[in-house]
Amino acid sequence: MTLLSFARGPGMQGAVLIMVLGMFWRLAGIFLLRRRVAHAAARNKLGLRLLSGAVTVFTRTIPRRRFWPRVGPGVALSYVFHFGLFIILFGGAPHILVFYEIFGVSWPDLPKGVIVAVSGLTLAALIALLVRRLTHPVLKLLSTADDFFSWLIVFLPVMTGILLSGETVGAYGTLLALHLLSVEALMIWLPFGKLMHVALVFAGRGVLGYNFSRKGAAT
Amino acid sequence: MESGETVGDMLARRGFSRRGLLKFAIAMTSSLALPPSLAPVMAENLAMARRQSVIWLSFQECTGCLETLLRTENPTIAGLIFDFISLDYQEALMAASGSAAELTLRQAVAANAGKYLLAIDGSVPVKDGGVYSLTGGRANVDMLQEFAPDAAAILAIGTCAAYGGIPKAFPNPTGAVGVEDVISDQPIVNIPGCPPIPEVLSGVLVYFVSFGRLPELDDRKRPLAYFGTTIHDQCYRKPFYDQGKFAKSFDDEGARLGWCLFELGCKGPTTHNACASLKWNDGTSFPIESGHGCLGCSEPDFWDQEGGFYTSLAGGTGPSWRGAEIAAASGVALGAVAAIAARRKVPGA
Repeated sequence: MTLLSFARGPGMQGAVLIMVLGMFWRLAGIFLLRRRVAHAAARNKLGLRLLSGAVTVFTRTIPRRRFWPRVGPGVALSYVFHFGLFIILFGGAPHILVFYEIFGVSWPDLPKGVIVAVSGLTLAALIALLVRRLTHPVLKLLSTADDFFSWLIVFLPVMTGILLSGETVGAYGTLLALHLLSVEALMIWLPFGKLMHVALVFAGRGVLGYNFSRKGAAT
Repeated sequence: MESGETVGDMLARRGFSRRGLLKFAIAMTSSLALPPSLAPVMAENLAMARRQSVIWLSFQECTGCLETLLRTENPTIAGLIFDFISLDYQEALMAASGSAAELTLRQAVAANAGKYLLAIDGSVPVKDGGVYSLTGGRANVDMLQEFAPDAAAILAIGTCAAYGGIPKAFPNPTGAVGVEDVISDQPIVNIPGCPPIPEVLSGVLVYFVSFGRLPELDDRKRPLAYFGTTIHDQCYRKPFYDQGKFAKSFDDEGARLGWCLFELGCKGPTTHNACASLKWNDGTSFPIESGHGCLGCSEPDFWDQEGGFYTSLAGGTGPSWRGAEIAAASGVALGAVAAIAARRKVPGA
């Protein structure tokens, strides 16, 4: 069995199953935790609490103005690579093809040149964020192995994707195998590290907003 | 060809000029990606060479490889390639049969021991002592092991002989393997393809007759000159791939405009062969030019590739929906156990 055959077969199957199992494990584990019983009366009605939760999902996506000088560059770079990943994943023709083969739905793709340019920006943003993490004293102190490993596991699919689109540094089959394996590594790691924020970030903000509203606090 | 006659004598007797032989040598050096300066050397060596003995054994095969080689339309001197060799044994072509054929084989091997090229088409079944393919009551694997040691080199012709091919496809009931899985101490050239391109065999033979050695091979023992690049690299539809223009079905607008067949499962990007440059049927076309994606027939295990022929290289074989459901249910169960354990650990929480 070649590396590519493994990546397109057993590797892919194993990665998907581990990701699904891991994500449901994490989500079920969190949702089934015992909640503290709230003895105080709610300050707002249920409808307003739910609305506050929904609003918080969006209001927390942008830092407050007075924090911008300190966190602005990092947030901007993060947005560049997050939107970049979104565009690459849902705009690239080969990726849409994968979605079509799994779910049977398809949509128009973006030109290859656009995807390559966005990939380049995404890669640059990722590198800049790593440099910032390594040089910023507070970030450096807060960073764990999880942060660096998660960075690497996101970086590799973008880098191998760019190399694959260029088809210059190796055989197509080898580059494709490396790209698929890097994506499979990301899928396997996704539920078990900080990348799980993919599933938790919006739910977490919503619950926060809901609880704040219940207590009558501003969100 | 008379005994002791050189190829040059034979060509002269048939009315071919030395200029004609030089033109042929120029074409072959180009085909073999050799420096043009080697063309006169090749022509000179060819003219001086005696006919190369070739013993061709057909194992577990469909005769497609032999058919394509025999039916190649080539009206030029390349058609005389079989005059460069002495095909001393080939069961499908020779008049003799039965014990007479067996005797011919023995005589050819004895007369050319250490010098003959052993050409094999078809895979070698090794399961149960190789009983699934016999010639004259003898297992192919036994014949290969008997005749390989005295060969100057072995030509594994077609994907079956090179890698096991279709007989090796899952579940491989006969235990089919390629020649190099049985013979490891002899020089082997793999010329894969289902069928292989006739000009590639011609090129390898001419090179061997001219220089007395095998051409440069890649890591899968294929002639580098013909298998050094992928079909994708030479495909006339590659500009459409670069532009992101893909046919979505075999009869849509993109297919009619000749756009790239990547999304329809074309394996050109991972298939090493010269189809896109040499083409088939006297240079008429090749599968992609005829509107169908490459199946990857010259690569090992092409029949069992993940996802099948019509799944794009971007995809593969993911788990079944049932498998994903079981994984999700298992995840929920694990999560529930973890949550219950956490509740017990922190009773006041």
